[in-house]
Amino acid sequence: MIATTGPGIMGFITVFVLAAFVGYEVISKVPSVLHTPLMSGSNAIHGIILVGTMVVLGEAHGAAQLTLGFLAVMLATLNVVGGFVVTDRMLEMFRAKPADRKAAARADGTADTGGEGKAP
Amino acid sequence: MSRGTATDLVYLVAIIGFILALKGLSSPRHARIGNLVGALGMLIAVGWTFSLPQVYSQSRNLVLMVIAIVIGAALAVPAARLVKMTAMPQMVAIFNGVGGGAAALVSVTEFISIPGRTLAIYKICEILFGVLVGAVSFAGSALAFAKLQELMTGRPITYPGQQLINAGIGLAIVALVIVTIVTASTPVLVVVLILSLVLGAIFVLPIGGADTPVLISLLNAFTGLAVAASGFTLNSTLLIVAGTLVGASGTLLTRMMSQAMGRSLPNILFSAFGSVITAGEGPGTEGRSVRAGTAEDIGVLLAYARKVAIVPGYGLAVAQAQHTARELADALAARGVEVYYAIHPVAGRMPGHMNVLLAEANVPYDQLEEMDEANTEMSTTDVALVVGANDTVNPAAKNTPGSPIYGMPIINADEADNIIFLKRSMRPGFAGIDNELLYDAKTTMLFGDAKDSLSKLVAAVKAA
Repeated sequence: MIATTGPGIMGFITVFVLAAFVGYEVISKVPSVLHTPLMSGSNAIHGIILVGTMVVLGEAHGAAQLTLGFLAVMLATLNVVGGFVVTDRMLEMFRAKPADRKAAARADGTADTGGEGKAP
Repeated sequence: MSRGTATDLVYLVAIIGFILALKGLSSPRHARIGNLVGALGMLIAVGWTFSLPQVYSQSRNLVLMVIAIVIGAALAVPAARLVKMTAMPQMVAIFNGVGGGAAALVSVTEFISIPGRTLAIYKICEILFGVLVGAVSFAGSALAFAKLQELMTGRPITYPGQQLINAGIGLAIVALVIVTIVTASTPVLVVVLILSLVLGAIFVLPIGGADTPVLISLLNAFTGLAVAASGFTLNSTLLIVAGTLVGASGTLLTRMMSQAMGRSLPNILFSAFGSVITAGEGPGTEGRSVRAGTAEDIGVLLAYARKVAIVPGYGLAVAQAQHTARELADALAARGVEVYYAIHPVAGRMPGHMNVLLAEANVPYDQLEEMDEANTEMSTTDVALVVGANDTVNPAAKNTPGSPIYGMPIINADEADNIIFLKRSMRPGFAGIDNELLYDAKTTMLFGDAKDSLSKLVAAVKAA
């Protein structure tokens, strides 16, 4: 319903299998200090379910569907926004110089979820 | 270009952003930019979705949507911003759980919005998979959060017949899934949803608090798969690809995390059922695991530390590694890491052995710290790098009255945040007694000749 030019079920299965290989190969060697940030970052990425919840709520009819759709959009937004912000905070630790590291960890920088934050 | 093609193209850009984000997040140098690229991909995808007719055509629904997003963001930003660094794992658990919940709700809503009998069987299967995995992830994450936040005990919870009960619930779900496929009945689907929530909770109960990060990583991969299932339901390539990327990379990451703990994943998930519990008290070494790291891992840990203590011992002398030790200290100092050497008076085979060796390597005098001086700094040290020393850092000297070395003053390496041992083997030191510190959760081993290991670390620090 989202992809109007989408392929049939076999096309989707092909895409699924290929994506599984890409996901497996793309993170070849992760140093252990990055395990938690990577987990958190990929957690934010599955927040893409927000797009699905928006379509479901947009098409909803009746109280039951509206309620479920509303809840779904809210939960998915929590996933996306919280996921990216938490990951960014973890990664702040990686670039601060020794002197200002504590301050950087405490201060709330301008980096935000939408990707419009300051570049490292 | 039709609107559909434009949508597919925009979503493809988002997908590329997600792949680059995962790639960036797996290297220290590009991690932060990787996360921002992922966020940008998300912004593009969500922004474009507002332009789809099925999203904006019912204005009441659109208003509700905006309200839901505003509430979600208003809850998430302060929670994510204000949480203490130490509480990060449980925040990830919560944000992961709500994602799984959202995926389950999408599947349920799709199911009730289409008259059941008109659904193809494979559609029902996709929906059931999304409901099942999403709900397991939601309930499991909620319980993991409760454990880490200490709302409940972090200890593994076991009870008689646990495996039978779990298996029973699993079988009941399988049976109901088949019933749902055949009858397309909504009430049965709701029962599947509830049982999946129960399954998620009981799956997490027997897993100890210390192992919960690995568990959260696994549930993260689950949520990815649930999102992919929703993608199949909604015919969305975007959701399938993004969900599967997370599912696959999350599975691999889960394996890496359990390896880093020196455990296998089944051991972490199911060990409370068996006999192997690592919290044993006795001094026996049987069945206890040490954590062995790679030079790359440890190099990164050192490179991003604030303060590193090098604790040399006899192994440094045997390997004639003093020059390489200095190279490592210089490489760290060049990155702004504070480095000092913690010198135990009887390290090596003679008093002052270490001072002599290090002086030979022209180590600056002000970096050498005698034991008492070093011990005052140890609690604020990020990494204690123990090079070929053993007895001089053995906490048994403080804690085990029966031990032959009880009462000997030691370098309190156990007070550092992380301990790295460069050792040739697990063999005990000169005193012939086992060292508890080797099995400490904060300890990572790097086996090999001290000189070889140090030169690998120099290379790893320079590459980090």
